[in-house]
Amino acid sequence: MSAKRGLRICATFMLCAVGLLALGANIVAPYSYAHQFRDLPSSAPTATHLLGTDTLGRDMFSRLLYGTRVSLLLAPAAALLATLIAGVLGAAAGLLGGWWERSILAITDLSMALPLLFLLIALRAMLPLNVESVVSVVATFLMLGLLGWPSALRVVWAATRNIRQSDFLLLARSSGSGPLRLIFRQVLPNLRPVLLAQFWISIPVFILTEATLSMLGLGVMEPLPSWGNLLRGLEDFPAVSANPWRIAPLVLLILVVICFQLILPSQEDSV
Amino acid sequence: MKPRALRNLAVVMLLAAAPLALGQSGGVLHFCLHGEPKTFNPILVDDEASENIRYLTGGVLIRLNRQTQALEPGLAESWHVSKDGRTITFRLRKGLHFSDGTAFTSEDVGYTMKTLMDPQVHSPTGDAFRSGEGAIDVQTPTPDVVTITFPASVAGLERLFDQVAILSVHSPQKEMAVLGPFYVSEYKAGLYVELKRNPNYWRRDAQGHPLPYLDGIRLDIQRNRDIELLRFRRGELQLINRLDAESYQHLQKDDPNVARNAGAGLDSDHIWFNEVPSAPLAEYKKAWFRTTEFRKAVSLAINRDDICRIVFAGYAKPAYGPVSPANRFWFNAALPAPKYDPQGALRLLIQAGFRFANDELRDKAGNRVEFTLVTNSGNTVREKMAAMIQQDLSQIGIKVSVVTLDFPSLIERMTRTFDYEACLLGLVNTDLDPSGVMTVWLSSGENHQWNPNQKNPATPWEAEMDKLMREQASAIADKDRKKKFDRVQQIIYEQQPFIYLVNRDVLTAVSPAVVGVAPTVLNPQAFWNADVLQLGPAPQLGAQK
Repeated sequence: MSAKRGLRICATFMLCAVGLLALGANIVAPYSYAHQFRDLPSSAPTATHLLGTDTLGRDMFSRLLYGTRVSLLLAPAAALLATLIAGVLGAAAGLLGGWWERSILAITDLSMALPLLFLLIALRAMLPLNVESVVSVVATFLMLGLLGWPSALRVVWAATRNIRQSDFLLLARSSGSGPLRLIFRQVLPNLRPVLLAQFWISIPVFILTEATLSMLGLGVMEPLPSWGNLLRGLEDFPAVSANPWRIAPLVLLILVVICFQLILPSQEDSV
Repeated sequence: MKPRALRNLAVVMLLAAAPLALGQSGGVLHFCLHGEPKTFNPILVDDEASENIRYLTGGVLIRLNRQTQALEPGLAESWHVSKDGRTITFRLRKGLHFSDGTAFTSEDVGYTMKTLMDPQVHSPTGDAFRSGEGAIDVQTPTPDVVTITFPASVAGLERLFDQVAILSVHSPQKEMAVLGPFYVSEYKAGLYVELKRNPNYWRRDAQGHPLPYLDGIRLDIQRNRDIELLRFRRGELQLINRLDAESYQHLQKDDPNVARNAGAGLDSDHIWFNEVPSAPLAEYKKAWFRTTEFRKAVSLAINRDDICRIVFAGYAKPAYGPVSPANRFWFNAALPAPKYDPQGALRLLIQAGFRFANDELRDKAGNRVEFTLVTNSGNTVREKMAAMIQQDLSQIGIKVSVVTLDFPSLIERMTRTFDYEACLLGLVNTDLDPSGVMTVWLSSGENHQWNPNQKNPATPWEAEMDKLMREQASAIADKDRKKKFDRVQQIIYEQQPFIYLVNRDVLTAVSPAVVGVAPTVLNPQAFWNADVLQLGPAPQLGAQK
């Protein structure tokens, strides 16, 4: 077994373990993520609070588990949505060419030029205020999925152009396949490594974007934790250096991102 | 050591200490402005950075002592306000000169007041003096006497002159010629403002030495508070005017002598419910928000002590009402201290027809009591306060959802669409006098946040507040005004349109090298007495760490 394969197995095992812990947060977490132990704000790790408490006295271990569930489950969903949009539109642009290609690429360029962050801020401001936390979380990731496809589309479009004149497509066309059939039965299956790579790349990107959104007060709302709002605790650098266990969410985020990168199909794999 | 050697050593030590004792410190004090000054014209000042420069450079007729909160003679030796509160007569100090050497006379005061009140100038400082239609009349019978008559009586007239820096009518330097302790010698946009000692400043210390002691002040323009703190720690700055509780705590751990707490300040944080009749909210929710018992119950259920202890690390005090105890004259000391009583809150709610069962509060119609609390995003302190309020209110069965919005969206909802249920924000108080906050308390005011711009007062208690606020604004004697404003505070306490939470402490950082600093709760907190500040004989910049 090569070292690379070994690393991949480790990464997969690690991701599965984190995912299972997050899924079982209701059972594993010792406390509610929202309960404030007001006599113990910013406490150090103890037997009762494994990762200590945050500034409001909430159990950090419980919050980390629930936060992982929110970020780790919804980021792949958003990545899947973005990859699907990029795949279909990119393949259509690359295969059909002409007016279709120009229109889709113009929309893509426009989307890439738009400042995503301001767009998200504006969209959040337009949402009604009295939405449930779960709805807010889903809406955030939905927005990420709906707005996060343009860069992936460019890659898919370029890959489709490469195969546009290939023999198997010529054969399919000559046997009477229409554009939709060509895209879904011929092009997309052939672009599977590219689409998979885009999917895996998008997951850590969306996790980090959600973290940024939470730091701006968007996205997941208090008291529901996410990696984003847990990372906000790291803004107070002197407090973090005095209480190094506060970096636990960051360590977990880095670990998960590395794991995703390790199991990502590389260029060599595609070849 | 021989006796003579000892004597010599003592003389050397005395000489070394002499400069500080005589007040001849010199040196340049460094600290930061948190924004670009928009103007150096004291008449047009409308931002904090320009306000700070006006304070350091402007000469005023009457100065409000930031420590005693009493009025003291400035450029005017004495003054007299007429019985009808419309006319004020100043007797000016003789022989004073502007920083460029131009003589100071009553003509300059007249010119300043006319410019200030000119409607074409749009002076924010002048707005405070506008009490009625018509122009002001300025008489200058002699070079050292000036009489100003306003079209109508002006409440707290003398106090307003603390903001009026006198301009020179004859100086070729116009507004750059000043009567304050320093003058602006250099300004590099985005970088710094350099102030130099005004050699013609009129004040002297008790020993007759000319003030200010410092040679100058360098104000670096720095918006980033973290960088400011870092530079202070490095010793590049000697003073930070306002610190947040966390930074203060860290500094205090490093060096307790550096961190200074002036006590509870004038600023407050509070929540309020949207009571605007046209607001796009469910009618049953509007009915809760208009119920006094509901608002009082919410107030009783919030643990303000916990907020002070946890969110502000103890550097805040539970707020009594609209006026902080730091505002010594206007604070109504008869108001009871804020209470935390969730059981009492439940009793009040049940009396008002609400039902509490299975940890949920419902109204008469069976609607679950829940609301959304909005606050501005990016403000971690308010977000923490909101999270604590959320838990406190859950104990009486009220479900609170916290939503953070960017400030423009929040203002849009507060002032135009009224599409919000409850809001958590703060009020920055720079004025001690209640006349400065008329737009908050008058039902027709745009800052009457719970129900602004009312054509007629919606409730009898708002009608009473309107009457009292107008009466206090036109009353002359401070005693009468205080009595009326005390009643306004009492009404606010009884009705809780604003549920006051905390008054934050005024926290500053001052290098041990700066002598004479006595931070106060009033702006400018740490350098209000800049003319008597000194740098130690061997100035050590900033904290040691």
